Amino acid sequence: MTALAIKNVSVFYPVKGKPPVHALKNIDLEIHEKDFVVALGASGCGKSTLLNLIAGFMAPSEGEISLNGRVVTGPGADRSVVFQKHALLPWLNVLDNVAFGLKIQGQGQAKREQIAREFIKLLGLEQFEQSATYELSGGMQQRVGIARALTSDPDILLMDEPLGALDALTRERAQELILKVWRDTGKMVFFITHSVEEALFMGTKLIVMSPRPGRISHVFDLPFSRQYFESGNAREIKASAEFISLRETILRIIFADEAGANHE
Amino acid sequence: MSDQDAKGGSGLLAGLMKAKPAKPGEIYGVPGQGESFKISAVVIVLLISFWGFVTYAGYIQPLFLPSPTAVLNALFDVIKEGFTGVGFWEHIWISTLRVFGAFVLACAIGIPLGIAMGMSPVARGIFDPPIEFYRPIPPLAYLPLMIIWFGIDELSKVLLIFSSVLAPMVLGARAGVKSASIEQIHAAYSFGATRWQVIRTVILPSAMPEIFTAMRVGIGFGWTTLVAAEMVAATSGLGYMVLSASRFLQTPVVIMGIVVIAAIAYAFDHLVRFVERRVVPWKGRG
Repeated sequence: MTALAIKNVSVFYPVKGKPPVHALKNIDLEIHEKDFVVALGASGCGKSTLLNLIAGFMAPSEGEISLNGRVVTGPGADRSVVFQKHALLPWLNVLDNVAFGLKIQGQGQAKREQIAREFIKLLGLEQFEQSATYELSGGMQQRVGIARALTSDPDILLMDEPLGALDALTRERAQELILKVWRDTGKMVFFITHSVEEALFMGTKLIVMSPRPGRISHVFDLPFSRQYFESGNAREIKASAEFISLRETILRIIFADEAGANHE
Repeated sequence: MSDQDAKGGSGLLAGLMKAKPAKPGEIYGVPGQGESFKISAVVIVLLISFWGFVTYAGYIQPLFLPSPTAVLNALFDVIKEGFTGVGFWEHIWISTLRVFGAFVLACAIGIPLGIAMGMSPVARGIFDPPIEFYRPIPPLAYLPLMIIWFGIDELSKVLLIFSSVLAPMVLGARAGVKSASIEQIHAAYSFGATRWQVIRTVILPSAMPEIFTAMRVGIGFGWTTLVAAEMVAATSGLGYMVLSASRFLQTPVVIMGIVVIAAIAYAFDHLVRFVERRVVPWKGRG
């Protein structure tokens, strides 16, 4: 059983003459096979810090993160990252960008292009194989980033606001695309977003984080992505009474956190 | 209309007060937008006409500034007869060899060194003081040392030019290391890249635009230093030609030599720009 385990993880920075600042305090979280975990929260709540810890770009001050029993000590191909932006290599075309990870891992050209083409097809980029990445729209660039992350067959996909820079229409399409990719590949996903609607629609599990110190304040199990696979109508689900009432509940939590920040 | 008059009027100053309206296919306010080739051509023609006018009309003695035809004649003479017993093309060849030898050497050493200094605090700690120490010193000042240490042959000449090209190459490559975004670097590490792979596949390619700029600056320094390098114990080369011609007050040859040096440097600069467009078409758009 593949699983990511975050045990009692804290991150703090020493401050001269004051108690240390906690970016994250006592985080406990388990992500299991086929989980789509979405992290949501006011700015400064430590969502990105948590993702960076899982990716191995940062080290926890206390506690431990392990994937399938192995402790995370640095970045690795079992945890692929989809960044918000600026992560493609503009000197490579789409095909070579998608195949980049495989090249790093020493795959031969024929083999890595074959695998890359598979994911280019999955993300619907066939016509753009030879295009330069800077000629693509923001939505297309994110698809290239997702395809690239999938090529190394990771256990978990880490997505740091991957759709934050997209316009509303493209964003909705990309949400559905990511859900389909998730269903078809069966990866664990840890997904950060600022959009409550996006979080509710996409996740199987929602963690709401609160700042000062960064912590997980609420956890919700979500039914909406399963409903989407049954009905195929995303807008209908997002307009349902159940969806709206949960959205308002979560917005109240986040607004309360933001208000608390202003009173300090 | 009255608004424009109130703000800056017309004429030369108006361009500074308010950007021009965008033409079709342009975007308002992009700095330096528009064609400059025709203006440059007109300026060159005007400069040469002015030069011809003041010399042919006799306002300036030929000793101070010879006429364009005198300079052209000097060129044909030297091409035909050579200068101090050495053929014209040989002067060009030997100088080009010195400058480009030094340039290639400076690239081969300076680019890896700059990348290393950008990547590692140890390399930065070791090489920053010596490079920053010698960088502002004019090559003429340490020319005597170079000659005492490395003799009066080609070695000291090439090393002198090399030392003036090296610093901009190192600085350019070092600054270029910062061009890669942390997301690009993290992406490579996420796939299990080694540090060396990150340097080769992410850091170096994204540093290329800075490195090309450094090459253009560096080769310019190389040609500047050439004359100094050919001051002592040289019997051929464009710098030598200019220096000895000036000693014998052969001003046409001096000016001809200067123009030839400038022409070669200009041609090479265009070559680098051409290669740059081929190698880094993504510059500024990544």
